Amino acid sequence: MTPLLQVRDLTVDFVQAGATTKAVRGVSFEVGAGETVALVGESGSGKSVSALSTVRLLPDSARIGGSVTYKGQEMVAASDATLREVRGNDISFIFQEPMTSLNPLHTIEKQLGESLELHQGLSKTAARVRTLELLTKTGIPDPESRLSAYPHQLSGGQRQRVMIAMALANGPELLIADEPTTALDVTIEAQILELLAEIQRAEGMGLLFITHDLGVVRKIATRVCVMQNGEIVESGPTEQLFTAPQHPYTRKLLAAEPSGTPDPIAPNAPRIVETADLRIWFPIKRGLMRKTVGNIQAVNAATVQVHAGETLGIVGESGSGKTTLALAIMRLISSEGPITLDNRRIDGLKNRDLRPLRGDMQMVFQDPFGSLSPRMTVAQIIAEGLTIHKRPGDPRQLVADIMTETGLDPDTMDRYPHEFSGGQRQRIAIARAMILQPKLVVLDEPTSALDMTVQVQIVDLLRGLQRKYGLAYIFISHDLRVVRALSHRVIVMQNGDVVESGTSDQIFDAPQTPYTKTLLAAAFDKRAHSA
Amino acid sequence: MIRLNALNQRRWRNFRSNKRAYWSLVIFSILFAFCLCAEFVANDRPILLSFKGDLMLPATGGRYAEADFGGDPGFVADFTDPVVQCLIVSGGLEACFDTPEDTLSDADDGVVDGNAIDKGWMIWPPIPYAYNTVNYEVVAAPSDPDERHWLGTDDQTRDVLARVIYGFRISVLFALIVTFFSSVVGILAGAIQGFFGGLVDLFFQRFIEIWGNTPSLYVIIIMGAIFTMNFTLLTFLIVLFSWTALVGVVRAEFLRARNFEYVRAARALGVSDTTIMLRHMLPNAMVATVTLLPFIVTGALGTLAGLDFLGFGLPPSYPSLGELALQGKNNLQSPHLAITAFITLALILSLLVFIFEGVRDAFDPRKTFV
Repeated sequence: MTPLLQVRDLTVDFVQAGATTKAVRGVSFEVGAGETVALVGESGSGKSVSALSTVRLLPDSARIGGSVTYKGQEMVAASDATLREVRGNDISFIFQEPMTSLNPLHTIEKQLGESLELHQGLSKTAARVRTLELLTKTGIPDPESRLSAYPHQLSGGQRQRVMIAMALANGPELLIADEPTTALDVTIEAQILELLAEIQRAEGMGLLFITHDLGVVRKIATRVCVMQNGEIVESGPTEQLFTAPQHPYTRKLLAAEPSGTPDPIAPNAPRIVETADLRIWFPIKRGLMRKTVGNIQAVNAATVQVHAGETLGIVGESGSGKTTLALAIMRLISSEGPITLDNRRIDGLKNRDLRPLRGDMQMVFQDPFGSLSPRMTVAQIIAEGLTIHKRPGDPRQLVADIMTETGLDPDTMDRYPHEFSGGQRQRIAIARAMILQPKLVVLDEPTSALDMTVQVQIVDLLRGLQRKYGLAYIFISHDLRVVRALSHRVIVMQNGDVVESGTSDQIFDAPQTPYTKTLLAAAFDKRAHSA
Repeated sequence: MIRLNALNQRRWRNFRSNKRAYWSLVIFSILFAFCLCAEFVANDRPILLSFKGDLMLPATGGRYAEADFGGDPGFVADFTDPVVQCLIVSGGLEACFDTPEDTLSDADDGVVDGNAIDKGWMIWPPIPYAYNTVNYEVVAAPSDPDERHWLGTDDQTRDVLARVIYGFRISVLFALIVTFFSSVVGILAGAIQGFFGGLVDLFFQRFIEIWGNTPSLYVIIIMGAIFTMNFTLLTFLIVLFSWTALVGVVRAEFLRARNFEYVRAARALGVSDTTIMLRHMLPNAMVATVTLLPFIVTGALGTLAGLDFLGFGLPPSYPSLGELALQGKNNLQSPHLAITAFITLALILSLLVFIFEGVRDAFDPRKTFV
């Protein structure tokens, strides 16, 4: 039997301004009907480009070489008409970001129905029946009432289910899923993976699954191809690859796991930051007079304490209020309730009075691509705080010192952020925070956007800095393994409430509330084997 | 030489690879540079003259009395007058008052009536007429192109080529000044609205809606009736009504950027609002601004020509392309006027559109250039 999709010696070059970048260099793999093949690799390894090039969904600057055949039909040299026929009909895609993949102005019924009417020539009523059927199949609760909903009215997991329903609408034979669960919470991720596996079994489709997460691969794939720098370095059946990895890169990927425990805190460490019953409510205003009719309770009664040299982990799913809490402690959004920084109340202070204190509390953000101003050089970015807080010394020398300390080459300080990788950018963001020698650093998902191997390095860096300077960290993450590796104490948040708090060991070894148990189960079950 | 950063170098490369835009820029720059020194190209005063060994630069301006060259006191020197020309060349001979042409040709060899003279000389611009020089030797106005007036004369026997050169300069300068000031005001207003949002934004938007609906043409006509219209006043009036064009775009960019993490990061560092706006947010609003600028430039050019055509723009003494078009309409028997006005305006607008099209594409990161 010929496989559904056969890729032979695929090369993809990007030509820009005369320079050629080789994104994919000679990749070969195949996907059979009813088979799940995973392409695994870190960002920039060429896995998404390989998948997109199968139906030539690449920008104009790409040059594709080699051969891709779908059911024996050559795709690389095919006409646009043929490709349009295949795209969406025979080969469907699910993308990473469910919010931007759906048209925000169309109802769910319209998004699904339109493609059905267009591709299959169904009547309005027939399309509606089929839409309901698809939504039921993808496990959307109460599909009847969801038909008239807009994407923003659905949760992230539901949106991804709608995306899957759209991908299935025309009965594809091959489904290409590009990091379909990366943007989702762990508990949702588990559900979506189950759904994909189930549908694939029922429909007998081929599934090409692209991810950077080995835990996911283990759960879903029958065969795995590991990619590095545009080449497949190792491939084979999942079990074999996980139990007996051959290539050093595969071994490195499998071993990349934040580990260790934080250093113990000094017994008489001073208290750096403290809140008591901190409350953040956003008023809901209605009507002509904008009367407050209710509140969105983003954070309810959060009491936290962090000592010097201590890390407080905040975990919870998206929308649980953990970032809101951190922003409130940083006084970047307004809140009610006392906040004490270094024995000084800061909750009532005006912006102007707060500015001098900002040197003592710094923040590192989640997205290293978004948190650095794209039009400033690294030296300008890191040194910006120095002039504001009038720190003595030669700024360039200080920048060079902190760059060395955070593992960056000081010679690169006059480059722009886009010339650095994600991990390096996060080091730049950390350097920007550390150069002011703060007492408190709030880390908002600093490792989430990074590859596994880079995460490990960043965790080590953060731990080293904490040891050296006795920093107090507030560490926010949905990734429980990273939290465990860094935190002394942990609070678990759900829907704005602190549902459980305690030392790291208490939370991880003996969780009390059902929510914490679910969270731990979803996180560690998926990865139980990959470690 | 300004060192461009990597991003701008790439943009410059992209722009250069767009041949049409690049050559439009080259041609436009040459034309503009040429017109900037219009006084040395088309003028009714010599560029350089020597009178009794003294060198003078009348083309750069200044007042010259006839008495300076030995003529009658109380008259402003008219360099087109053969008497004045004769006085300069012959070093102020009395004979110039009676027979200027004869004396002038006699003075060529440095000797007049057997006596050696202190011979002077003049270097004239290639076009010996300024935009307001009336040539009284032309019999019928407007006259067709001939070897003295390459593009003919208008209905007041002024040289059309000279008027086109000065008109080009004043149009482009007007457009650039209007664009500069409306951009500054527009960006500032948009930035403040987008950054602060909320009530500031709400009221400012309503104000702009009302302001935008003010009939600007009537205001210009009324102001033109009260004051004497001149370049500064007209520029001011046009800026007054064109700054709103950029507000929407800049406001949108700032509304978007204020939620970016690097803006939040700057705030966490303790950076002040003004610095955040200038250093972190403004550079990002620039791309959207640049894509809109061509519409303001060409819009301003069109507005000026249109107002001049209608007679509500600059006073008739100014060299203006719109006024030339109006003369073309009034003198259909002399098609060179209309044709010249059309070609000049079409050329400027096309060149600018091509240039800005290239600029816009060069700023587009998704566009690839081979």
